[in-house]
Amino acid sequence: MRSTMKIAVPVLTAAFALSACGTTGGGTTAAPAASGGGSAACDLKIGMFGALTGPNANLGIYIQNGVNLALDDYNAKHPTCKVGLENYDSQGDPTQAPGLAKKAIDDKKVVGIVGPAFSGESKAADPLFNEAGLVTITPSATNPALADNGWKTFFRVLGNDATQGPAAAKYIKDTLKSTKPFVMDDASEYGKGLADIVRKDLGSAVVGNDTIQQKQTDFSASVTKVKASGADTLFFGGYSPEAAPLIKQLRDAGWKGTFVVADGVKDQSYIDNAKAAAEGTIITCPCVPADVAPDFQKAYKAKYNSDPNTYSGEGYDAATILLDGIAAGKDRATMVDFVKSYDKKGVTKQLKFDAKGESADIKVYAYKVEGGNIVSVGEIK
Amino acid sequence: MQYLIDNFFALTITGVTLGAVYALVALGYTLVYGVLRLINFAHSEVFMFGTFAALWVVMLLGGKGGASVGQVVFWVAMMFLAAMAMSGLIAILLERVAYRPLRKRHAPPLIALISAIGASFVLSETMGLRGKIAVWVGLDTTLAPYVGNARNNAGMPEIITPQPVFTIRDYAVTNVDIFVIIGAVAIMVLLDQFVKRSRLGRGIRAVAQDPESAALMGVNRDRVIQVTFLVGGVMAGAAAVFYMLKIGITRYDAGFILGVKAFTAAVLGGIGNLRGALLGGFVLGLAENYGSALVGTQWKDVVAFLLLVVILLFRPTGLLGESLGKARA
Amino acid sequence: MSPATALLDRARAMPKPAKIVLWALFGVFLFALPLLNLPLISTPGADFGGVLFTVATYVLVALGLNIVVGYAGLLDLGYVGFYAVGAYTVGVLGSQHGSVPWLWAVPVAVVAALVSGVLLGAPTLRVRGDYLAIVTLGFGEIVRLTLVNSQWLGGAQGISNIPRPPGAELFDVPSIDWSTGAPIIDLGNTTTFLKFGITDQIPYYWLALAVILLVILFDHLVKSSRVGRAWEATREDEDAAELMGVPTFRFKLLAFALGACIGGLSGALFAGKAGFISPDSFQLLLSILFVAAVVVGGQGNRWGVILGAIVVSYFPERFREFADFRVLVFGLALMVLAVFRPQGLIPPRRAVRAKKVDERLDALEEGEARV
Repeated sequence: MRSTMKIAVPVLTAAFALSACGTTGGGTTAAPAASGGGSAACDLKIGMFGALTGPNANLGIYIQNGVNLALDDYNAKHPTCKVGLENYDSQGDPTQAPGLAKKAIDDKKVVGIVGPAFSGESKAADPLFNEAGLVTITPSATNPALADNGWKTFFRVLGNDATQGPAAAKYIKDTLKSTKPFVMDDASEYGKGLADIVRKDLGSAVVGNDTIQQKQTDFSASVTKVKASGADTLFFGGYSPEAAPLIKQLRDAGWKGTFVVADGVKDQSYIDNAKAAAEGTIITCPCVPADVAPDFQKAYKAKYNSDPNTYSGEGYDAATILLDGIAAGKDRATMVDFVKSYDKKGVTKQLKFDAKGESADIKVYAYKVEGGNIVSVGEIK
Repeated sequence: MQYLIDNFFALTITGVTLGAVYALVALGYTLVYGVLRLINFAHSEVFMFGTFAALWVVMLLGGKGGASVGQVVFWVAMMFLAAMAMSGLIAILLERVAYRPLRKRHAPPLIALISAIGASFVLSETMGLRGKIAVWVGLDTTLAPYVGNARNNAGMPEIITPQPVFTIRDYAVTNVDIFVIIGAVAIMVLLDQFVKRSRLGRGIRAVAQDPESAALMGVNRDRVIQVTFLVGGVMAGAAAVFYMLKIGITRYDAGFILGVKAFTAAVLGGIGNLRGALLGGFVLGLAENYGSALVGTQWKDVVAFLLLVVILLFRPTGLLGESLGKARA
Repeated sequence: MSPATALLDRARAMPKPAKIVLWALFGVFLFALPLLNLPLISTPGADFGGVLFTVATYVLVALGLNIVVGYAGLLDLGYVGFYAVGAYTVGVLGSQHGSVPWLWAVPVAVVAALVSGVLLGAPTLRVRGDYLAIVTLGFGEIVRLTLVNSQWLGGAQGISNIPRPPGAELFDVPSIDWSTGAPIIDLGNTTTFLKFGITDQIPYYWLALAVILLVILFDHLVKSSRVGRAWEATREDEDAAELMGVPTFRFKLLAFALGACIGGLSGALFAGKAGFISPDSFQLLLSILFVAAVVVGGQGNRWGVILGAIVVSYFPERFREFADFRVLVFGLALMVLAVFRPQGLIPPRRAVRAKKVDERLDALEEGEARV
C-alpha cells in the first residue's frame, strides 16, 4: 500500500508542474486542414459502425467488405495521403452503441461514419452523432421513423421500409395476383414494421396473420395456421435465419403457395440452408441488381471470392461519399453540407439525399430464387 | 377456439413430434440432477454438438434427397452413431473439466452453475468460431464446407423427403413424423430398461437415492456420475438426429432455447424422474401448440412458462414428483 | 491466504481515523476515475465514462441480487425482469404515455419493481430451490416477450426520447491526457459538472456511483439488523429457522422484494442515461451474467459481489481487441474462477470459516474411507 503512494505522489506533482507551464490540450489536436481549400488532409479516418462480431455479424461484415473496397480504390488513387478505417463493433447491441459513438466523436480524425447498421443501435447512437455534428450514412438501417427525428447528421443510402412495403404489397397484388395472402413477421423492429405496412396495403384480402420470434426453429404451429387459412401467398417480414427453416417446414408439410420476403432475406445463406425449398421465393429489395454495376461486382469478386452480398454495395456507396468529401478537403464540420448537396451516380443508385436525409432516388426491385441463385425479375413500378 | 378444434390433429401430431425432442434432451437434465442435484446448464450445448455431428456425417457421406431406401437407412444409422458419439464425448468431457474439479473441492452448489455457464459459453463459441479455429490449424480450405460461415445457419441435405403416409382429418402424417415419434419412444423405453435392469442402472439409482450409502455398498460414485453424463449425452445425440431430420437446420446457438425448453419439461414432469421428463416433454410440446392456437403464436413461450408456474403451484415437485431413486424407473 | 485478503486484513488493523481518511480518498478517487483516464485501466476500445457507467449499473444490480441470492439463498435466474420493469416504467411514464420528469418516474419505477417482485414471489417462493431457478427464468422471459409483443409498450421498436435526470451546469472539470506518456491536464476535453447531456456519459457515472454508495449504506443497515440474521438462518436451514419461530416465507418475500427494488432502480438509471430502450437490452443472457457476477464475486459478501460485477462488465469492454473471442475467453475465465475460487473472489467471512470446518471433516472422513 505504501509503495503505491510513493508512485502516486510524483505523478501528481508532475501533472501540476506540466499544467503550470501551460501545456494544455496535449494529445487531442484540432482537426487539421480545416482551412485548407482543395488539398486533402492526411491521416483522416472514416468509421464503420455496426455488428462485426457476435451473432449479428454477417450483415456488418458484408457492409465492411464494401467499405474496404471503396477505401482500396481511394488509397490507390491517393498513395501519399491515405485514409484509414476505424471499426466500431457494436455487435448490433443498442446498449453498447452510445459508448462507441462517444469514442468515435472523441477521435477528432474521424470525419464520417458508415452506419450504424441496425435501426435499434441507430436510435441509441444517432442523438450523440447529431449533437457532435459527425455525419453518419447508414447503408442498412431501414426503419422509416429514423429520419423523423430531425437529426441533421442522418443520411440513408437506401430506401426505408415505407418504400419497400408498398412495393412488396403491390407485387403480391398485381404480379402474383394473390387473392389469399397471409402475412407473418418475426416481431423484430425491421420485420414487424415492414409486415405492418404490407398488411395495411393488402387490406381485407389478408387471410391470416402470425408472429414468430427470432431464433425460433420449430414453426409447426405457424405452418398449421398457414395451411389452415388456405393462403396462396405468404409474405414474411424478417431475416434469413428464420426464413430458411420456415419455408422448409412449410414445403415439408405440403404447402404450395408463393413465399415472398424482403431484403433481410436476400442472402446466399438463405438458399444454402433452405436448399430446394427456397426455389421460387420472391425477394423484394430496394437495391440494384448486381449486373447494373458490373465493375463493382468484378472488383468485389476479385477481393472476396464471392458475389456482393446484401448491403455490400450500399456500404461501398456510403464510404465513397465520405471519401469524396475528404478528397474535396472537407473536415468533420463541413462534411454535413457536402453530403447534403452530394449528387453522383453510385453502384446502387443515384446518390442524392432529400431534406430529411433519405435517398432521393429509390427503386425497389423484385428478385426470384431460380436454380439456387437470386436473379432479378425487374423493377417493381 | 374453433381453430383449435378444426386443426386439433395437426397441432397434436406436430406437438408430439416436438415434445419427443424435448423429452430426449430433458432426460439428460433429469439424469444429472438425479445423481448430482445440480442443473447441468451446458447440456444444451451437448445437444448442439450432436446436431453438427449429424449434419457433418451426412455431408461427408454425400447424402442427398431421392436416394434408395438402403442408402437412407445407412445415412440415418451413421447420423445416430456420429451424433451419439459426439454428444456422449462432449458430455463426459464436460463432467471431467467443469464438474469433477469442483466436487473434489467441496464447492458450494451454485458455483457449479457458474462453471456450467462458463462451459456453455466455451462450447457454443467454439462452434461459432470454428471457421477462425480452422484457419489457425491451417485446415480452413480443406474443411471449408464444414467450417465456413460459422455464425450462420447450417442446413442439411434433406435425405428423407417427407411423404404423407396417412391422413387424419385433413392432416397428412408424414414418414418423418412417424419415424421421430416411434424412434424417440423406442429409445426412451431402452433407457428405462437400462436404468431398471442393468448393473450400471442400479448404480445410478443407488447414487441418486443416497450417495453415502451407495459408496458404502461399494458403488464407485465417480464412475456412476461419468456413466450418467454419458447416457444423458447419448440421449441428447439421439434428440439431435431427430431434430435434424425434422428441422434440418442448426446453428452454434441453437442449443440455448431448446435447452431452456427441455429443462422446463424436466421440471414440469418432476426433475430427477425419467418418466417425468418424458411426460413433461410431451405435455410441453402439446401445450405450446395448443397455446399458440388459442392465444397467438407470439405468446407460445409465455404459455409454456405460465403452465409451468401453475403446475408447480399445485404439484410442487412436478407432475410425477422427484423419484429417480425411489421409484423403479 | 491470498494477497487480496491479506491486504484487507492489514486495512482492518489500521486505526479508525486513518481508515476514514483512506476511505474518503478512495471515494474521491472513484469519482475522479473517468477524468484520470489512467493508462491500462482506461478502455481503449470504448468511451471510458460510458464503460464506467455500465460497470456501475452492474454493481448496483449485483448488490440487489446479492440480497436475493447471497443473503436469502434464493436462486433467481430472471433478475433482468425487474431491471426491465424499472427501465420501462420510466420509459412509459416519461415518454411513451406521458411526460413525467425522470426524478418523479424513478420512485414509481422502484415501486413497480417492488410490486412485480411481490407478485412473482408470493406464489413461487413456496417452491423449492432449483424449481425457483426455472420459474424466475420463465418470469424474465415472460417480461421480455411481453415487451416485444405488446404495442402499448413500444413493441420491438422500443421507447425513444426518455427524459434525462435533472442537472445544473455549474463548472467544467478538465480531464487528464496520457497520450504523451506523462499525465497532462487536458483543458480541451472537459466535463461540465452535473450536466446530464447526450454525449458526455461521465455525469451519469457520478450519479450511479452516488446511488451505489447509498445502497451500500442501506445494505449494511439491513444486513446487520434482525432481518439480516433471519435471512442467514433461513438460508442455512429453513426448517430449523421455521421451528425457531422465524417466519421464513415472509423474510424470503422481503428479500425478493428488496432485491427487485434495487433492480428496478438500476433499470431506471439505465433508461435515464440511454434515452432509448428496447427489448433487445433485456435478454435472458443478462440475467445469467448478473448471477455470474454475484457468484464469482462471492455471494453474501457485498464487496465480493461488487468485485464480481466489475469483472463481469469491465473486462469484456477492456479487452475489446479480443473481438470475436471475448465470449469464449469470458467462458474460460468463469470455469477457471469456479475451480480456483469456488467460494468467490472475496468470500463472506462465514464461508471462509465454514470451508475450514469442511476441510477438517473431509480429512477425517477420508481417513475412515481408506480403512
